[in-house]
Amino acid sequence: MTDFTLWDIVRNLLFALRWTVLLSLVSFVGGGVIGLLVLFARIAKRRFARLPAKLYIELFQGTPLLMQLFLVFFGLGLFGISVPAWLAAGVALVLWTAAFLGEIWRGCVEAIAKGQWEASASLGMSRLEQMRHVILPQALRIAVPPTVGFSVQVVKGTALTSIIGFIELTKAGTIITNATFQPFTVYGLVALFYFALCWPLSLTSRLLERKLHVSHRHH
Amino acid sequence: MSLIAITDVRKSFGQTEVLKGIDLDIEPGEVIAIIGKSGSGKSTLLRCINGLETINGGSIAVAGVHVSGEDRQLRELRLKVGMIFQQFNLFPHLSAGRNVMLAQTVVKKTPKEEARRIAEEMLDRVGLGNRFDALPEELSGGQQQRVAIARALAMKPAALLCDEITSALDPELVAEVLQVVRKLAEEGMTLITVTHEMNFAREVCSRVVFMHLGKVHEIGPPEAVFGAPKTPELRQFLGMQ
Ligand SMILES: Nc1ncnc2c1ncn2[C@@H]1O[C@H](COP(=O)(O)OP(=O)(O)O)[C@@H](O)[C@H]1O
Ligand SMILES: [Mg+2]
Repeated sequence: MTDFTLWDIVRNLLFALRWTVLLSLVSFVGGGVIGLLVLFARIAKRRFARLPAKLYIELFQGTPLLMQLFLVFFGLGLFGISVPAWLAAGVALVLWTAAFLGEIWRGCVEAIAKGQWEASASLGMSRLEQMRHVILPQALRIAVPPTVGFSVQVVKGTALTSIIGFIELTKAGTIITNATFQPFTVYGLVALFYFALCWPLSLTSRLLERKLHVSHRHH
Repeated sequence: MSLIAITDVRKSFGQTEVLKGIDLDIEPGEVIAIIGKSGSGKSTLLRCINGLETINGGSIAVAGVHVSGEDRQLRELRLKVGMIFQQFNLFPHLSAGRNVMLAQTVVKKTPKEEARRIAEEMLDRVGLGNRFDALPEELSGGQQQRVAIARALAMKPAALLCDEITSALDPELVAEVLQVVRKLAEEGMTLITVTHEMNFAREVCSRVVFMHLGKVHEIGPPEAVFGAPKTPELRQFLGMQ
């Protein structure tokens, strides 16, 4: 028991931290790409595009992430597809992130004044051209703070994947605790690592938000 | 053939019929003022002409192109009629010059240098040749509205629709915008302007349309409409009993 030094614990946790970071990045980037598709479907002119996107968002926002993880992990198993934990974790988190980012971005797009749509339409732009040249550049500016803010939720969300056996930071903490019987030290360090990841992100988000507000007031 | 042919146009929002059979033919080079009480359907009529609203009945044709909901046709139509709004609606993330260049390059696929040259020329025309790089937020309301006019002109439209383009301006900025519109009228641009500036309507317009309850209630040259209004509604609107 005592042959575990503090450094051993930290070293092992740092090793697992890589997977938390990697999973967060994959979820965020993948979720961003799919989230953009969700956004476009959500604000489409045609109902048959809007409706599935709305349903998708409602489903993923209205159920616990843990259930989504279970459904991907065990659900695909029912079809005879054996899913490794890392894949289930990635898929579930990407889909979950996409739903939230899609909805955050929809809010940003809808915050753009109706006159911007009308002016660009009256100049002959198609819907895609309006989005590309007029709406998105403006929406992007206001989308950055809440998007960065949401990345904190993604990082913390990765902790749940420990339950299906993906060895990221939290799971590593459990394993090390079982070997060292020092839960307070180990989980304290785990929490500290999460904080080290999340705090700069929420700080950045808040700074960006303040900057946006200031530049708005100068209008 | 008229440039704009409006025949028995009807438009409803839900149960409310806002345009109740509008007939209006506009010849090239005409300058039309549309006057009338708030809620009489003036904006709705303009918005129907360039397809921002879809009509429920009748027909609108601009230079032979029928206004329908179909996307490609809508684009063709909007190249023929430009629109200026009460709230300017400049793109706030782009400089004045870029505002004028954008639709040229995106919609008409005009090469960048050419679009820039046209933008400079149009800004010059509205008296803002030296503000190419200014952001909208750095411009006064009157200047912003003039950029909006330049932006519409750059598409070389056959007609311009103006919806109360001076109503959002501080009084001292109205004249500079009207001056630009007056010059366009003199140069032969076809203009349809919804306006509360009666002096402007009297001096510049070839015909005045008085709208009332979703209909063209009275129409004629300014001398007739302002000098000898036929209906009590128009007399009341003009403040003469
Ligand atoms: N998008 C809309 N939805 C519902 N009603 C509308 C809409 N736009 C205009 N209206 C109604 O149509 C009528 C005419 O409006 P409008 O054309 O803006 O009048 P005006 O420009 O002459 O003041 C008003 O009663 C207004 O409330
Ligand atoms: Mg109006």
